[in-house]
Amino acid sequence: MMSSPSSQTLLELQEVSLAFGGLQAVERLSLRVNRGAVKAIIGPNGAGKTTLFHLVSGYLAPQQGRVLLNGEEIQGLPAHAIARRGVARTFQLVQLFDQMTVLENAMVGRHRLSRAGLLAGALQLPRTRAEEREIRARAMEVLEFVGLDSRAHQSAAVLPLGLKRLLELARALAMAPTLLLLDEPASGLDGAETERLQEMILDLKARGLTTLLVEHDMGLTMEVADEIAVLNYGRLIAEGQPRAIQKNPEVIAAYLGTDWQA
Amino acid sequence: MNFARPWNRWVLFALVALAIAAGLDNEYYFTLLNFIGIYTLLVVGLNLLLGYAGQISLGHAAFFGLGAYTSGILTATCGVNPWLALLAGLALSGSAAVLIGVPALKLRGYYLAMATLGFGIIVSIILNQAQPLTGGPSGLSGIPPLSLAGFPLNTARRLYPLIWLAVGVILALSANLVDSRAGRALRALHDSEAAAASLGVDTARLKLKIFVWSALYASLAGSLYAHSLNFIAPASFGFMFSIKLVAMVVLGGMASIWGSLLGAGVLTVLPELLSVFHDFEMVIFGAILMVVMIFLPRGLVRGLLDLREFRQYKRKGRFPGFLGPGA
Amino acid sequence: MVSGQGRKGSSPWPLVTSLTTPLPILAPLLQYFISGLTNGAIYALIALGFGIIFNTTTIINFAQGEFVMLGALCAISIYHLTPSLPLAFLGGVIIVSLVGLAFERLALRPVGEASPLTLIIITVGAGVFFKGVAMLLWGKESYTLPPFSGEAPLHLGPATILPQNLWILGLTLVLVLALEAFFRLTLRGKAMRACAYNPRAARLVGIAASRMVQFSFALSALLGAGAGILIAPLTLGVYDMGTILGLKGFAAAIIGGLGSLLGGVLGGLLLGLAESFTCGLISSGYRDAVAFLLLLVVLFLRPRGLLGGRQ
Repeated sequence: MMSSPSSQTLLELQEVSLAFGGLQAVERLSLRVNRGAVKAIIGPNGAGKTTLFHLVSGYLAPQQGRVLLNGEEIQGLPAHAIARRGVARTFQLVQLFDQMTVLENAMVGRHRLSRAGLLAGALQLPRTRAEEREIRARAMEVLEFVGLDSRAHQSAAVLPLGLKRLLELARALAMAPTLLLLDEPASGLDGAETERLQEMILDLKARGLTTLLVEHDMGLTMEVADEIAVLNYGRLIAEGQPRAIQKNPEVIAAYLGTDWQA
Repeated sequence: MNFARPWNRWVLFALVALAIAAGLDNEYYFTLLNFIGIYTLLVVGLNLLLGYAGQISLGHAAFFGLGAYTSGILTATCGVNPWLALLAGLALSGSAAVLIGVPALKLRGYYLAMATLGFGIIVSIILNQAQPLTGGPSGLSGIPPLSLAGFPLNTARRLYPLIWLAVGVILALSANLVDSRAGRALRALHDSEAAAASLGVDTARLKLKIFVWSALYASLAGSLYAHSLNFIAPASFGFMFSIKLVAMVVLGGMASIWGSLLGAGVLTVLPELLSVFHDFEMVIFGAILMVVMIFLPRGLVRGLLDLREFRQYKRKGRFPGFLGPGA
Repeated sequence: MVSGQGRKGSSPWPLVTSLTTPLPILAPLLQYFISGLTNGAIYALIALGFGIIFNTTTIINFAQGEFVMLGALCAISIYHLTPSLPLAFLGGVIIVSLVGLAFERLALRPVGEASPLTLIIITVGAGVFFKGVAMLLWGKESYTLPPFSGEAPLHLGPATILPQNLWILGLTLVLVLALEAFFRLTLRGKAMRACAYNPRAARLVGIAASRMVQFSFALSALLGAGAGILIAPLTLGVYDMGTILGLKGFAAAIIGGLGSLLGGVLGGLLLGLAESFTCGLISSGYRDAVAFLLLLVVLFLRPRGLLGGRQ
């Protein structure tokens, strides 16, 4: 089921385990994500999907196992250090910067690609101002990509949920990431918005971005994913092509209970 | 305050400051204005930490005291040049901020508030107890004035341009800061530390940096304070003053640079106006704190503007939009 | 606030005397120990006041120290009207409990669930307000209250202890046990703890959260007032006695662990002992700093305190 490691592998988890008190959130999880692929992680609620994201992005450190990004061990590194290595993420519950505008939110996305510190910011020397113009221009670009550029100067707090998710995505893209972690991006979106999201994910894939996606919306997942991994009770129970996963009896049992027959 | 271009604001600021200097003749008013200026320096620094970055500090008066006493002791007791003493004060406050900040800023909410409170009180006690060095509770006197090229700034009127030049520069630097990459990172830190970290912001380091930054402002204010009064006593640098500073931040408006000036101004002038009611000072101050936090938690300016928008909404059914970010 | 050195008479504690006589260094140590415990008991009572409100609402009430002050001064005033200590005690705690209720209703209920900063400023503001009112009503003078059972010091070997100190220790012990029993064993007590953990869930199972909150403020104010009345004979009642006591009591609560009432008591006793020994062995000027140094040590090394389990 698992392909052998190669320079194709952007992200790899090796026997990663984490328990909270008595609850085993993730158990000996091994996973590989190929460069340029869209891999979906699905599973019932509580299966450990968001924990997986936290382990990859640095919010949590595994108790056992390793997480490798481009062959480098990143487990245990703080979140900002992992972000600086090109890992961007969105959150299950949207975490926007509510006291800032849409544009400013996107501009924070450029943080790791710019340098001006406190003193430079206070002095506003020509070099800093040039960098600021660059930040603003790139931020507007991502806003245009997601279609939020007309709302650049609105407060992020007043956006409806669908647009908030879009903004969070734009902010993550502003980072020019190599790996994008999307945590239930379609949650709360209507049909049209989900379609748009789908197009965007495929567009990003065409531009070479590697995406790891946690989703409950099966329609979206089937359309965008190259490979699906299924988690249940913190364990990987199936992995493979979307069609095969759909028919996998263990997966069906996990979602619907063992009384059901396929 | 919604001028199209920031330069307009600074020109206006300079003009007003100059007009006041030309128009006033009374030493008392200059003293009052100098106090407002010094407190503004304190409040802006605290606002960066508290209003923008969202870190609660209840011990800010300690850095004010460290700056004042370093300047005071070095100049009065050791005869050091006041400007060098000021720099020494900055170095001491900055180091203290790093020392206390590294462990304290790992805490959040009440715990951070208590740690800064504890630090503030310890400094206050040391200032009171280290009598041979600080003069103890009765204070340290005989602090020489600052001099510019041999010209002593020994009256309030002479100090006024220096202090308000400092205020102008600090306000400008701070306004620049909050609109810059670092300023956005600070505000991001406040709104969602998790999201900020996920975008590469080193939140721990940023908290420490802004903590030191605000301590430096406070130290500068302290040194200016020492040289303007020529006398300092520990009572001015205790817990109550730390609370008063927080009140100034809150009243003027958190995350508002100009609001800092407003807050400092109101809470300096008000006790003077109400000096008749000197006995009622605590009652009034306590009441203000409670009332403002209950009814206008975003400060005077934002609170009143919010109120106006809300009334517009009720009358005309117009949906209250949010004001954009303003300095 | 310390049991004084009295006349040396025949000691009712021969064992203690025989232990300490050969080692004269132990005699003052014993004194420090005793005064540390009695001061610690006061800090414990104040810490309990913080803990109760925190356990029900997760609010830190920075005005707690002022309840202590108000209790002392109200009792003193009542005593001047009718020289009856029990009446003064009862009157004092009842009045201050009502103040606590009014405070919750007028200053805290309107803001609902607000940020820690907002709550800190409101409670600090209330503290300043109460202090200002006290200054208007009672001025800046100190007032006395007679000790509950006389002034003659008792001898514990080479150390002395005032009867008032025994009252303090005794009442504190009784109160602590009663409170522990209340919170652990009674339905209402458990309901109050439930409110702190999850107010919404508590409401869903029928607990009137607002009632619990009211009760917690009344109870904390009562404890604070009681502490104030207990120490007034020793330290005198004055309008600004509450501030530093409140802060130290809060430090004690954190040292012991905010979520644990027993921790608050332990923190208080520890604090009292540390202060007493520092004062006796090192220097008395830096006495007040001990509380805050200990506070910083705990916050930096083990923020949840000695017995605290909650985050």
